[in-house]
Amino acid sequence: MTEEKKISREELLATGENIKAQYNFLVFITAVDYPERNVIGMVYHLRSLGNRDTLIIKIDLPREKPEIASVAGIWPAAEWHEREVFDLFGVNFLGHPDLRRILLPPDWEGSPLRKDYTKPGVIKRPETIK
Amino acid sequence: MIIGLIILLLKIAAVLVFISLTVLFLVYAERKVSAHFQVRYGPMRVGWHGGLQMIADTIKLLLKEDITPKDVDKLVFFIAPILCFVSAYLAYLTLPFSPQIVVKNLNIGLLYILGVTSLTVLSLMMAGWASNNKYALLGGFRSVAQIISYEIPLVLSVLPVVMMAGSLNLITIVEAQKSLPFILVQPLGFLLYLTAAAAEANRAPFDIPEAEQELVAGYNVEYSGIKFSMFFLAEYVNMFTICALAAILFLGGWQGPILPPVIWFLIKVYLLVFVLMWVRWTFPRLRIDQLMSFCWKILLPLALANFLISGLWLVLK
Amino acid sequence: MNDLKNLKTEEYFLSMGPQHPSTHGVLRLILKLDGEIVTGATPDIGYLHRGLEKIAENRAYIQIIPFTDRLDYLSSMSGNLAFVLTVEKLAGIAPPPRAEYIRVIMAELNRLASHLIWLGTFSLDLGAVTPFLYCFREREKILDLFEMITGSRLTYNYMRIGGVAADLSAQFIKDAAAFIQDFKFRVAEYEALLTQNPIFLARTKNVGIIKADKAIAYGLTGPMLRASGISRDNRRDFPYAIYDKLSFDIPAGTVGDCWDRYAVRVREMRESAKIVEQALSGLPEGNFKTKVPLSLKPPAGESYAPVESPRGEIGFYLVSNGTAKPYRLKIRTPSFCNLSIISHVIKGWKVADVVAILGTFDVVLGEIDR
Repeated sequence: MTEEKKISREELLATGENIKAQYNFLVFITAVDYPERNVIGMVYHLRSLGNRDTLIIKIDLPREKPEIASVAGIWPAAEWHEREVFDLFGVNFLGHPDLRRILLPPDWEGSPLRKDYTKPGVIKRPETIK
Repeated sequence: MIIGLIILLLKIAAVLVFISLTVLFLVYAERKVSAHFQVRYGPMRVGWHGGLQMIADTIKLLLKEDITPKDVDKLVFFIAPILCFVSAYLAYLTLPFSPQIVVKNLNIGLLYILGVTSLTVLSLMMAGWASNNKYALLGGFRSVAQIISYEIPLVLSVLPVVMMAGSLNLITIVEAQKSLPFILVQPLGFLLYLTAAAAEANRAPFDIPEAEQELVAGYNVEYSGIKFSMFFLAEYVNMFTICALAAILFLGGWQGPILPPVIWFLIKVYLLVFVLMWVRWTFPRLRIDQLMSFCWKILLPLALANFLISGLWLVLK
Repeated sequence: MNDLKNLKTEEYFLSMGPQHPSTHGVLRLILKLDGEIVTGATPDIGYLHRGLEKIAENRAYIQIIPFTDRLDYLSSMSGNLAFVLTVEKLAGIAPPPRAEYIRVIMAELNRLASHLIWLGTFSLDLGAVTPFLYCFREREKILDLFEMITGSRLTYNYMRIGGVAADLSAQFIKDAAAFIQDFKFRVAEYEALLTQNPIFLARTKNVGIIKADKAIAYGLTGPMLRASGISRDNRRDFPYAIYDKLSFDIPAGTVGDCWDRYAVRVREMRESAKIVEQALSGLPEGNFKTKVPLSLKPPAGESYAPVESPRGEIGFYLVSNGTAKPYRLKIRTPSFCNLSIISHVIKGWKVADVVAILGTFDVVLGEIDR
């Protein structure tokens, strides 16, 4: 059974605490960019390992200042997923233990998976290479 | 006087040639043996069944660029492989292949061989330290810990043989086994010796200092070309040494019916070499702490007990 | 004596990888070491990042299939399968029964090939070289089978939306059945070399334990989760293709140490052989592909279809806006989630154990970095 829930970003932590006993398994966290609605949509895909139910939580964030509380304290698996979303979408996760770029080099500019990202003209060499 | 010197030099040169040929053959044998254990053919292209492969490899190794990395301690980095090879080589100066074929018959031959072969540890540490590389350093540390620890059960395991033969002279020890090879009265001593010696020579499953999967190559990771080949050479020379020593101490050396003594000696040595290869290509590698506890908690008590019982038996006999 | 008092020890950093024989690709582990003991570890990934998720937004659906080969390159079939199932789910396409059987046969053979590589490289990590060659001997035969049908040996590009690219030949069916017969004895051969070997046991038993609650919290899937005693397998929990018609066991461990992860995978190989056998004997006649327009336009919406790859759950989260290209394609890969626990597991173990533990993680950097 798959359930879908749309909540606001303020409700995320409270909802997470409520459902974490049942939906104990975080499958993934990702984001989808909707420039025409001026929204970055967060997607939390959760699963209950007990009865195999799926819960998808969706949260819309404003594109200019996408900020949301980190759920790494509720589901530790979120740590890397949130770093990836931060890396590729530029979403800021408040209270994340170690928010750094994960796939791209640390000095990369921009958020490649946003729809308005254009390919960089010249890719900078990492500073370590002389 | 001068003629004597020339003969000595010739002998030394002959040993050098012998060592080189032996290593060539050992490397070839190892590659073939491992290949057949692993359902492969091994070298097949150069010469008959790849017989000339090792010569081609040697030429390649010697012609390769000899790189000295920028940040190494140049002098120590340069000396280490030479010391490693020399310490391996020195053992052969007193190793008897038959009563006649020996460069210099020392009356403390066994002590001398055990002494010079343990010089290896110094060169490994030097190489690990001078390379200025963390992997090499870890390899150097490991080799010091391992080789020095295993030295003790190694010496303890050969002492009963010395007591029974009443001499440290290798030829005398072989002569003492005329009627009965010592392996039959010292089976435990033989096993202890072979285990400790394999660890001493960094043979798998005790090849922890150069554990390829952990330390990339350990102490010799920064070496290339001819310096690397020195380490490589020394490794196989040491393998031959420990097997030769085992043959002398426990298997009755060159003694045997019909065939000439040298042939008998080589047969015994290569049999042991084959056993070592067999072990290497079968077992996984131990971890450094397991290796040390194996040495101190199992090998050492066993060696001491063996030493004590042999002593008592000799006294009461 | 004074000199000795001034001696001090300090922790140091060892950068293991991205070029290192035992990190299985371009993984970099920054280890903080106290002598040989690991006191901290930071994994550094992204060396193989090719931006597949971004590329996918600019490709037609059928053009994305070859990219899924390059995720988990040791089991391309699982990647293929997960993607086509996701698109089929969204577009409401049902493949013919023969295609479903063929998909299962291929996916399971690929699981065998992948586990064989894992077993070989894992024993290599522990210093046992010979099992590696034994495993590759059998993997070679599987690759020959794949080559016979798909024409390639690593990146097959074989699954299609609505079926598979080519039908199985009679020769393939004969050879595959013979291979499976032979394979059962081969597994016993690998086990004889490793399972009860005292050195192997000393290196793996009680090393790198992952407790069940930790495993769930960090989102581990596949053999990693099952070794910790949680019997969860997408093939049984969310049956796709024909897995609900087949009988097979889900092996699980108890302790969650390296040995359990080893044992689970070895037993999975036997189960996979059983599955291939059943699927081969039940293979129905018929078409292997339904007609699907080349420029497929699935309805607007989203779908996710989890598949059990040899490493765990691989799934594509697909958002479509009704055009011929996906609006967003998120790839949920098992290695990425499995690796996220590594810094907690290797703390307190020795450098040699790091290699052993990482070996049992069975990561493929292609799907971590995407």
